[in-house]
Amino acid sequence: MKDPLNIVITGVGGQGNILVSEILAKAAAAEGFKVTVGESYGLSQRGGAVSSHIRLSQEFQYGAVIPAGHADIIVGFEPVEAARAAAALGHPGAKIILNPRPVYPVGVLIGGQAYPDPDELIKTLKEMSAEVLLIESSELASLAGDPVVQNIVMVGALAGSGYLPVPQATFTSVINAVVPERALEMNQQAFQLGFDAACAVKEKAKA
Amino acid sequence: MSWKDVVYGKPGEKVLMNGNDAIARGCLEAGVRFVSSYPGSPSSEITETLGKAIATFNLYAEWSTNEIVALEGAAAASFTGLRAVCTMKSDGLNVALDFLTSMNLGGSKGGLVLVVADDPAAHSSLKEHDSRILARAAQVPVLEPSTPDEAKVMTSWAFDLSEEIAGPVILRSVTRVSHSRGIVELIEIAEAKETAEIPLGQRFQTFSIFHMKARDRLQLAADIYETSPFNFFEGPENAETVLFCCGSSYLYAREALKLLGLAREVKLIRVGTTYPLPENFILSHLRGAGQVIFAEEVRPVLEESVLLLYARNAAGLGNITFHGKLSGEVAGARGPACGEMNTDILLEALAKTTGVQYTKQGYPAESLNQLVEKIPPRDFAMCPGCPHRASFWAIKTAVAVDGHDGIINGDIGCYSLGAFTTGFELFDTLHCMGAGPGIACGLGKLKKFGFNRPAIAVVGDSTFYHAVIPGLINARYNASEFLCVVLDNGATAMTGHQPHPGTGFNAAGEVTAALSIEEVVRGLGITVEVSDPFNIEETAGKIYKMNRLPGVKVLILRQLCALVAYRRERKKRRVFVDPERCRGEACGCGRFCTSVWGCPGNIWDPATGKAKIDEAVCAGCGVCAKLCPAGAIIVEEVD
Ligand code: SF4
Ligand code: SF4
Repeated sequence: MKDPLNIVITGVGGQGNILVSEILAKAAAAEGFKVTVGESYGLSQRGGAVSSHIRLSQEFQYGAVIPAGHADIIVGFEPVEAARAAAALGHPGAKIILNPRPVYPVGVLIGGQAYPDPDELIKTLKEMSAEVLLIESSELASLAGDPVVQNIVMVGALAGSGYLPVPQATFTSVINAVVPERALEMNQQAFQLGFDAACAVKEKAKA
Repeated sequence: MSWKDVVYGKPGEKVLMNGNDAIARGCLEAGVRFVSSYPGSPSSEITETLGKAIATFNLYAEWSTNEIVALEGAAAASFTGLRAVCTMKSDGLNVALDFLTSMNLGGSKGGLVLVVADDPAAHSSLKEHDSRILARAAQVPVLEPSTPDEAKVMTSWAFDLSEEIAGPVILRSVTRVSHSRGIVELIEIAEAKETAEIPLGQRFQTFSIFHMKARDRLQLAADIYETSPFNFFEGPENAETVLFCCGSSYLYAREALKLLGLAREVKLIRVGTTYPLPENFILSHLRGAGQVIFAEEVRPVLEESVLLLYARNAAGLGNITFHGKLSGEVAGARGPACGEMNTDILLEALAKTTGVQYTKQGYPAESLNQLVEKIPPRDFAMCPGCPHRASFWAIKTAVAVDGHDGIINGDIGCYSLGAFTTGFELFDTLHCMGAGPGIACGLGKLKKFGFNRPAIAVVGDSTFYHAVIPGLINARYNASEFLCVVLDNGATAMTGHQPHPGTGFNAAGEVTAALSIEEVVRGLGITVEVSDPFNIEETAGKIYKMNRLPGVKVLILRQLCALVAYRRERKKRRVFVDPERCRGEACGCGRFCTSVWGCPGNIWDPATGKAKIDEAVCAGCGVCAKLCPAGAIIVEEVD
């Protein structure tokens, strides 16, 4: 594994970044990694862009901010935010897992700013990066019972992508520990849907 | 949930927690008994977590009305010999400073620690403070942790240090420590003093003669610092280039040295006790150096202190060149001493000063530019269903109808977004907590100089208790004229919905007396009315009417924060657009709901050319339905 392995989880306030970085970091810590998570959540409830930087190393604890061009994996809950993270932190070897459902910024809603054509944006990201896995996590989350578990679908996709040196079972045991009892079944299902979706996309790419 | 690890974690366990929870654990491990705070990012989680520890440990924790009251309470506990902590964001230290500069002269007894969390780059603030400068003004020693684990250990030690010097100690955190997570190793909870007592005749007072005590206390701290394990070095014993760093910058410096292959050539000095400086420790590492680089958050505080020390000892040290914020060589996109430190800034500075080559990683410039062009900015937006949006709309409407160019004085909270697009760029002034009414009060006295724009101050409920009341008293006493609008959303929403004196419960979650804003205002002899901002027309009418009354008056706009409402009762209504009634582009409204109102729940469907509600986002407040001129937005009750 590359050391440190740098992962960005990015989206819009309210999409549940923090829970995802917590699950991922706890899973990696359980595998013996020295983990650092940097979070920006000051105005996160207020619809701004939010991202978490997660850094895994066997050697030492890294700082909470990934240097420019050093992100290896980008998990985007929203296409424009994935692109923003890629532009700031990605490199040609980076791998991207992406929920293609747009969340429009105020500037776009109110007018004056244009939201890019998602297909074209994804095409650009594909050309620039090593791999882009599209996961319809909002739809899959609705299947699991509530669009809000979109974030857990993405955790499943990350586990299913094989990008991380963390086995599926470690993820599921962390989810069992951090998710409240009443929502557990839905979250487990969301995780599995994401996991299977990532496996399917990867299979298709191979075929 | 890491608060559970903080409260229930066993000695020897290694758990992932954020810096604030680690600080909370450090307080518990040191046997803290008294906790007080006014919430503010990035510090709030410390007291939130300690509030949850009340059921398990023998301690008291409170959300105080403001930071100075919080610090006075914590000092009181210290005077009785108990260990006490007071936590706040950097802006809060300004509020607490008057008491801190006084109390520090007389000193304290039980360990008294102030945790101040700075917010470099102002991720969730309006300004980026460096609290070390105020610490210096108050002559209070400072400790700066680099990681969550160290934050825990340093917090515990800060109580010991405070007792040893008999004065308060500041732990300076920053966003990247408070809000980052790392592995933290837990130890046992200390058995500290549990009985509060002040022997008869033992007094705690401030007199100028005690200034000497504060000075001597600093010297004592400096002596203790000389042997502190929080100051250490990495890399070669002797090096031409020496890098001094503190706080979160330590991790960036280490990474930058590694990436440049300089870890064995450059000596890295981590200073954990940044004020007062452990002079002998620093001098020992200046000796033999040819050049020195500094890495620290916000202002060049460590840098200035080292330079001063060098100036006093230059004869024995030889020529050293210094590179940092003062020389302008350690600088990010905003230039030196503004914005946040990171590895990239240090990569550049180190490459320049050592002559080592470094090529930036990332995509080739051409494809990067193509990507960047496509990305629209994402400005902050108030939540869907946020009552402030309705309040701002009502104010905007009332001021427009009034026609006297009302001037709007904003304040600090979620509603600071009233200065941005999402809040219709309503605010003409925006400064610190309580500044809105103070400024409005001043403006209201300027008629004789020809200033005739009516002033409207906009404050929040938590802000009302924190800083508004003196401004109102001043206005009544000096017969000023303005309307103070209190946006009462039932929580300190901005910082994570902490309770405040009006909510009726406290930091431990217990029910307590709720202090009514209208009763307070009435008690001041000021006219007060209440309105529901979701009844937008009625509210606009009240603002219009009250704005024209003479003297100072208060209008409370009461409606729960959308996030709190959602948590309490989920969604009660389904909102949708009737495509038959929505006239789309042809309607004279100019796409009012999406282009003007701007709730993220209102979207435009390009396929049909008509408005639509994003049901995944809509909070069901129903306000847009009241505003749509065609009555095309339908609200349906669901159970
Ligand atoms: S958190 Fe509450 S007060 Fe703040 S923007 Fe959201 S709805 Fe409004
Ligand atoms: S009802 Fe309208 S204004 Fe209220 S949250 Fe839904 S879309 Fe926004």
